[in-house]
Amino acid sequence: MKYFTYERAQDVRQAVASVTSRPDAKFISGGTNLLDLMKLEIEQPTHLVDISRLPLDRIDETPERGLRIGAQVRNSDLAADARVRSRYPVLSQALLAGASGQLRNKASTGGNLLQRTRCYYFYDRNMPCNKRAPGTGCAALQGFNRMHAVLGGSDACIAVHPSDMAVAMTALDAGVETVTPDGNTRTIPIAELHRLPGTTPHVETNLQRGEMITAVTLPPPPPGRQIYRKVRDRASYAFALVSVAAIVESGGGRVRSARIAMGGVAPKPWRGTDIERSLAGEPASDRTYTAIAESALRDARGFNHNAFKIVLAKRTLRRTIADAAQA
Amino acid sequence: MAAKDDETWPKTWPENWPTRRTVLEAGGAATLLFATGMPARAQQMPALQGASVPAAPTTPIKLIINSREYPLELDPRTTLLDALREHLLLTGSKKGCDHGQCGACTVLVNGRRINACLTLAVMHQGDEITTVEGLAVNGTLHPVQAAFVARDGFQCGYCTPGQVCSTVGMLKEVEAGWPSHASTDITTQKVSLTEAEIRERMSGNICRCAAYPNIVAAIRDVAEGTGL
Repeated sequence: MKYFTYERAQDVRQAVASVTSRPDAKFISGGTNLLDLMKLEIEQPTHLVDISRLPLDRIDETPERGLRIGAQVRNSDLAADARVRSRYPVLSQALLAGASGQLRNKASTGGNLLQRTRCYYFYDRNMPCNKRAPGTGCAALQGFNRMHAVLGGSDACIAVHPSDMAVAMTALDAGVETVTPDGNTRTIPIAELHRLPGTTPHVETNLQRGEMITAVTLPPPPPGRQIYRKVRDRASYAFALVSVAAIVESGGGRVRSARIAMGGVAPKPWRGTDIERSLAGEPASDRTYTAIAESALRDARGFNHNAFKIVLAKRTLRRTIADAAQA
Repeated sequence: MAAKDDETWPKTWPENWPTRRTVLEAGGAATLLFATGMPARAQQMPALQGASVPAAPTTPIKLIINSREYPLELDPRTTLLDALREHLLLTGSKKGCDHGQCGACTVLVNGRRINACLTLAVMHQGDEITTVEGLAVNGTLHPVQAAFVARDGFQCGYCTPGQVCSTVGMLKEVEAGWPSHASTDITTQKVSLTEAEIRERMSGNICRCAAYPNIVAAIRDVAEGTGL
């Protein structure tokens, strides 16, 4: 690990100013991903600003009957919160499907959103990787790409975003509250937080340098049944091959409304707004779900080792939507 | 109760003491000598002599471990695990993968289980840290330790301190009504600690000897004993 200086942040604005004023400074909260990457010298910050003790660890009701989740709320606390469990079960389920008990006790809400990909070539400094070393190429395209993206990738990068939590938050239309380097606050719709790789896979989010996530806001829970289904190589403690967050409201034999997001298939949580529109008003039948699943993966592109994900994603979508549509 | 600063604690082992480390190193050196015909020490010497790494600046911190306070001077890069093992010689917490995957380093911080390898010691000033060395009270094993012994919940024992600390933290989570991926109803506050629940909740602790059936049995015993 490269040497760095350490500072415990006193308040949000001072922390933002501190990171903004140093070219290679970073925030640290749970550290479960950043320290892992620092040990491998994939991340080499020269200064760390510890924001883990900032008073951003509350979950509050919003006037609109939604929730405002502080960025320092730990994943385990968020998953166990009674309001989240009863009103946003898809979020609890997604959190509980990710990582281990020890990691969830440490990982923060903001840090979970900003975690880096687990692409083997991103982690291997002997291999080319446009995300780690821009311009060196992508070893995954012709390499062992079993875990990689089938949607939203580019010729420069097919790494997937590893978060389960972010997939559920995407289906819930969450907002990401931040403090920008000039000291202002803004709210970014979660669908606009992460970027697709294009030709610049090293630029992963639309955050400015030094901008800090302070909270995630959830609008009131949408009507319908919420389900998060994760398919992975092991029964526990493994990243998703495919995951689906589905919130489906049905009645009178028809789908009234739906919210669908997928994980494990794309460089960012993959919102299926097109299929949501197509689902609304259709008969709640397997025929509908099969057609929807086909259209959701219409533009998918498989590689040597991950083409199975296209079939798996269709089946997982169909099954999860069907389960959520059962009133 | 935090110990007074003047209370003695071996910052380094007395020089003549054999330690497990020196024993292992001696064993390793003998193996290398046997394999290559060259003493391992001689091979290492040039590199050691040639290296002139300046000491990195350190930060003074105080850690509270097993109810005792330890003043330390640490390079900010020091993980909590390395602070415990290398600076305080509390070698009960084990280093397996050093990347948060195996759980051998699990300790309790303010009662919660975490991976000591994936956190910086400087971030834990003021926290109450409990390691496996702090679980027994006056020589009486913690119920989880006793259950692991009774059920033979290990083979080589390397993952055991992590398994034990993880179990202590996990049982508190169950007591607090936290759900898991294995819970059929995530809204219920009363968790039934079935085998599937135990295996899911303990999935952050790997045992390469695969002593899992006995580990699960030990945890079941403790859970039943405390009415969980």
